[in-house]
Amino acid sequence: MNETHKVIAIEVLRYRPELDEKPFFQTYQVPFTEEMSVLQGLLYIKDELDGTLSFRWSCRMAICGSCGAMIDGVPMLGCHTFLRDYYPNKVRVEPLAHFPIERDLVVGADDFIGKLERIKPYIVPKEPRTLAEGEYLQTPAQLERILQFSSCINCMLCYAACPQYGLDPAFIGPGVLALLHRYNADSRDAARADRMQLVNAEEGVWSCTAVGYCSEVCPKGVDPANAVNQNKTASAADYFLHWLPKGSGK
Amino acid sequence: MSARRPYIRSMDGWWRRDPFFIRYMIREATALLVVAYAAVLLLGAIRLAQGESAYERWLAALRSPWSLAFHLVLFAGLVYHTWSWFQIVPKTMPSISVGGKKLQPAVITGTGLVAAAFVSLVLLLLLLFIGS
Ligand code: SF4
Ligand code: FES
Repeated sequence: MNETHKVIAIEVLRYRPELDEKPFFQTYQVPFTEEMSVLQGLLYIKDELDGTLSFRWSCRMAICGSCGAMIDGVPMLGCHTFLRDYYPNKVRVEPLAHFPIERDLVVGADDFIGKLERIKPYIVPKEPRTLAEGEYLQTPAQLERILQFSSCINCMLCYAACPQYGLDPAFIGPGVLALLHRYNADSRDAARADRMQLVNAEEGVWSCTAVGYCSEVCPKGVDPANAVNQNKTASAADYFLHWLPKGSGK
Repeated sequence: MSARRPYIRSMDGWWRRDPFFIRYMIREATALLVVAYAAVLLLGAIRLAQGESAYERWLAALRSPWSLAFHLVLFAGLVYHTWSWFQIVPKTMPSISVGGKKLQPAVITGTGLVAAAFVSLVLLLLLLFIGS
């Protein structure tokens, strides 16, 4: 470090379950350079100032989805947000909203992972196929329908942006519903009927009131609000087609 | 024994936490103004069915300063609601391709707003025409 470094105050919400009754803010003075991300600021704290600080990270390049936090109140990826944009003010880092805090910036992801497993986040083929039959082909138009929704990195920022999830954690929530849509809309998939059960439930798309903030904060342009609201139409169609005699529907 | 003791934060005052949520709450609240305006018109229809004098009294009530002030508030709420509604519309539709390119959300929002303004204008001109 040389003296040309600026110093920014990083205020971190801390919570050590074995010591603290409730979370509290702790401020660290962190020297930084132009290209340093908020995640790098946290790593500096951990390496140089306070080894007890806990947070998740892995790729440092906005692809693993593990470093999400509330940065000045907005859900963001720590590795995708720069300290220079906050200087000379301080920057406040809190664990992702609407999730239980396990320790410092680490939140419990059990609920999210459980929901992700429930939607069958993989392609279920219509019938078994041997290798000799070759690959599944898809037209560019078929790919276009799913491409945006398949960019999700499971970072959970959209959950931290969704007040409906905060108020009722039973709601499947934006990210998982976007992935559900990604598989339902895939021309190679045959598990739509199963997944529609989840879509149609009270905790499915109907818990969404179109706040739309999930799509604003998504770092991957997935637009989960769009997936959820398209599925309101699909869910309503499902409901009405159900009353038609068999064979006249889809 | 597990050392886990997850801390759950309160949702109290959640909508004040972010300007985005405040705008959302205003969008939802202005929906009530839309309902109120519909109620005023419905009342007019009922008065019309009750006969000429009832209808005239309804018209006179509309011209009172209170009613004018109320309608100004309704109008502002309606404009905000329309604007915020068309902001969210692109999120509710399947993506539309025009000539192989995805239609941008801003185009959908803009088209909606222009259409709403156009329809309102046509209606206004029509009423002015009938009135004169
Ligand atoms: S939809 Fe976007 S914000 Fe939500 S989990 Fe996926 S990548 Fe993250
Ligand atoms: S560290 Fe992987 S997304 Fe930020």
